[in-house]
Amino acid sequence: MAGRVNFYSDLVTDIESPADEDGVHDSFSQLIDDLNDDLQPDFHDVIEMTSLDPEEESRDDIMDLEGPAYHRSDSEVPQQTDHLIGDRWSSDTLKVLSSMPSRTIGRSRGAIISQYYNRTMQLRRRRQSRPSIQHFPRSARPSIRGYRVETDGDDFEQEEDNKRERLVNNLQNLSANDRVRMLRAMPLSLAEKKELRMLVLNKAEHSLSQSQIPCCSQLKYYIIIALRHGWYGWMSFLSSLQLWQTALKCVGGRFGTGVLSYFVFLRTLLFFNIFLFLVTGLFLVVPQAVLPDPDQNTSVRSTWGLEVLTGAGYFSDSLLYYGYYSNHTLQRNRSCSESMSPCGSGLSYNMPLFYFFTIGAVFFVTCIILVYSMSKSFGQSFCIDKSKGLLAIKVFSSWDFKVSKKSSVRLQRANIGTQLKELVAEVNREELKSPVFQRLWRLFIHMLAWLFCLGSTVGCMLAVYYFSEHMHNKDVKTRSGSPSNTSSSDSLLLKEASLLAVPVVVSSINLLLPGFFNAVAWMEEYDSPSVLNYVSISRNLLLKVSVLGVLCYHWLGRVASKPESLGLQCWESFVGQELYRFLVMDFIFMLLDTFFGEFLWRLFSQKALKRKRKPVFDIARNVLELIYGQTLAWLGVLFSPLLPVVQIIKLLFLFYMKKVSLMMNCQASGKPWRASQMTTIFITLLCFPSFLGAAVCVTYTMWTMKPSDGCGPFRGLRTMFQAGKRWVQQLAEVNPKLSWLVSAHTYLVENPFFLFLCAGIFLIVIYFHSQVVDGQRKIIELLQEQIENEGEDKKFLITRLQDIHERKRVVSPRRVRGASEPFLRMWSRMNRLDALLRSTLVETTLMNHMMKIRAPDGQISHTQGF
Amino acid sequence: MGNKQTIFTSQQLDAYQDCTYFTRKEILRLFHRYRDLAPQLVPLDYTNQPEVRLPYELIGSMPELKDNPFRQRIAEVFSEDGEGNMTLDDFLDMFSVLSEMAPRDLKAYYAFKIYDFNNDDFICKSDLEKTLNKLTRNELTEDEVRMVCEKVIDEADLDNDGRLSLEDFQHMIVRAPDFLR
Repeated sequence: MAGRVNFYSDLVTDIESPADEDGVHDSFSQLIDDLNDDLQPDFHDVIEMTSLDPEEESRDDIMDLEGPAYHRSDSEVPQQTDHLIGDRWSSDTLKVLSSMPSRTIGRSRGAIISQYYNRTMQLRRRRQSRPSIQHFPRSARPSIRGYRVETDGDDFEQEEDNKRERLVNNLQNLSANDRVRMLRAMPLSLAEKKELRMLVLNKAEHSLSQSQIPCCSQLKYYIIIALRHGWYGWMSFLSSLQLWQTALKCVGGRFGTGVLSYFVFLRTLLFFNIFLFLVTGLFLVVPQAVLPDPDQNTSVRSTWGLEVLTGAGYFSDSLLYYGYYSNHTLQRNRSCSESMSPCGSGLSYNMPLFYFFTIGAVFFVTCIILVYSMSKSFGQSFCIDKSKGLLAIKVFSSWDFKVSKKSSVRLQRANIGTQLKELVAEVNREELKSPVFQRLWRLFIHMLAWLFCLGSTVGCMLAVYYFSEHMHNKDVKTRSGSPSNTSSSDSLLLKEASLLAVPVVVSSINLLLPGFFNAVAWMEEYDSPSVLNYVSISRNLLLKVSVLGVLCYHWLGRVASKPESLGLQCWESFVGQELYRFLVMDFIFMLLDTFFGEFLWRLFSQKALKRKRKPVFDIARNVLELIYGQTLAWLGVLFSPLLPVVQIIKLLFLFYMKKVSLMMNCQASGKPWRASQMTTIFITLLCFPSFLGAAVCVTYTMWTMKPSDGCGPFRGLRTMFQAGKRWVQQLAEVNPKLSWLVSAHTYLVENPFFLFLCAGIFLIVIYFHSQVVDGQRKIIELLQEQIENEGEDKKFLITRLQDIHERKRVVSPRRVRGASEPFLRMWSRMNRLDALLRSTLVETTLMNHMMKIRAPDGQISHTQGF
Repeated sequence: MGNKQTIFTSQQLDAYQDCTYFTRKEILRLFHRYRDLAPQLVPLDYTNQPEVRLPYELIGSMPELKDNPFRQRIAEVFSEDGEGNMTLDDFLDMFSVLSEMAPRDLKAYYAFKIYDFNNDDFICKSDLEKTLNKLTRNELTEDEVRMVCEKVIDEADLDNDGRLSLEDFQHMIVRAPDFLR
């Protein structure tokens, strides 16, 4: 036994876990100490009980000893338990078993109270401002006494009162915040909680009235109360502010967490765009709008309705695009009189500099937020990977409690049934090997399918490439052919419409190809739905990435390198317009898809085909479309600072439209969706190809492309990036003391080494983080092994205990005391072992908890049902 | 505002607020939900704490619970009399635990209670069978149910006593992030 204890402590000291382990350690050693102290009297109790009526093996007796059941009135209870375990163990063994610490937790009110009593104790120890534990009388210190359910009824009542008393004492000594939190988390009924609270408050008032309250502290009291009321009001206000709460509840209730994750993702994107818009709006758009350029010639051309789609014409010389922004320091020259020289500098606004840094900062902050949320959701889904295929978890936690619609409930039921069946089948048959021919055939089919998909993707890529080239060349020709702008209005309209050709082609590819992929996947007949999901996600992703890659090449390689060939004054504005068009077209195609693909298809299948099924909401495809749109928005921020507004409007529309369409047309998906895992994948996809790609493109543009000479904040510079350098040089000229800034700038910003260093540090931090998580996982594995070992030991000891009892009964029922010597030893071992097991479990649970990043306290509350 | 004062006293509201995860507004809203179930039974004045109990049939007909396979168990666990008849306190308690604010430990505790059909503080095989039948509505054959039960106990039972104690259950639940979300 001692060896085991040592091993355990060795293990614990070896583990350098960052959590507050002291609590565990303390309580553990205390546990052992107290065990040794308390063991004897308690044990005698048990033995006495045994010696009184050793022959009487009535089941009711056992059940009484098993501690007070939660519902005593239920008379059926004892019989059932009895059948299950009564055959194996004698009543004495059962008595011992029933009073072991691990069995008594959470069983009765008394046990709960004492458990929470211990927790309050821990909390108090952690808050150092409170008096330390040494100052309490011994009886008030945490001990394992509370863990044991007393064997006597009368004793029990008394003991419970005692415990309650102590708990109240403890609660009273906690700060108000902690008290409320403790109280809320107690698994007691509300009436009991209220009673506890009353007791605590009465006590507090009592002690307050005993010590004379000075006037000012009374005032303080009132102020605190008022503040608390204010806080509650604020909380409920905040909860009413949370966007789309009811709508999300509604969706979650009808379609489960899978579809809900789509809408939550949409909301996340909306917040990203609002952030983007706020920053660019505040630092770029507002200053430019308030202090407009004097020499800006706004020639209002005739407007067509088409301009909303193309973003050209009237819009091209507006705040929407890069070209409108001025390249010098904005000043309010009107209010600046000669005599007041500092006013100019007070209101001056260096546009190029701010343009440069705003975009940089936006990308940087977005990157940090993305990486943070990614790591957070990784932490959450980390646990799932381990628990994959665990039947227990399937049984207990697969029910989606959000679902409350009847048909969805039925579907979910069938779904869980099939999954369980599959799992059972898996357990049953040991990998029933299919014949070689069949496997080869399947392999062939998969290869063929991938070939189809890759081929069509490459085909689309080439199509976009050549089509954009064709349009480009046509544009160049018309420019060179008729330099005069005196064409008729019809041809102008045609020209504007032709701008839409490429976006329409790309959007229709995005619309049609996923359908093709789905058909191919249907042909493949994947066994597991999760594999199907991954395959379809990866295919769609491949398509979108390659199309976007081609487009980026088109913009940056063809348009930006030779803007003169197109007769463009401002290629940045042109690219911005293109992105605007793509975004709008994407939106329109989504509308069409929703209308035709969901609404009409539902009508068709229900009316014409007389099928009862409704179409299923394809989460993967819809999410990928969102990601695609967001990539466009990120790409376009540099060229068109107001593009996030378009994206915000689009997302708002999309939310309501998708919701209505979902409610009307769709049914819950038959595929099982692990919501948290999917969220991780979505966020990862958003971060990795989407954001990273956009960021690389934007950085490339800023670092190496030559901005156009005729427009924009960076006109006359070799690269956009030089804006910062110029500013630093100006600063140094004005103020020689700042000349170090120039060198710092050259070394830090221009030298790629520094950038590499930053990236390296970033990667190292991520690496360390993942290493820590990995280490924690290893510790958890170790501890789990430990638990298993101890469980084996316990089983062994229980058998031994049973043996001794049997022998004792055979030898002599009268001489219990003499025979109790080995039993005593056994009992103490058992108890220690149980305590060990418990603390190991606590440790493991703690580690498991540490691995998830938990939501901050004080979140906005709302009910599941609302 | 005047209406609010007549239903509960300020102290009562404070007590509710401290003991549940709800704000005042939500408590009042829940009260009205409760009252809507049986307007003739529930008085509008709760200041003198009337003894009102709504029968399970009414509670179980709420849209949140109506189609839940465990609705009866949920009501039983949260009701004071253990038969699903609920006072306002029980009602608030139930929604507080089911709310998104409630910590996982608390939820796990009550989930354990819910799955523990025979109230013996352990999840044994008979409990598991009932759970499975409620989950899948008799879609599995008896053999399959038995297999699943054995496997579940095998996986989750850490102290090898053939049943799942609360501790085992909590330990298992920690590994399921989707639990009761």
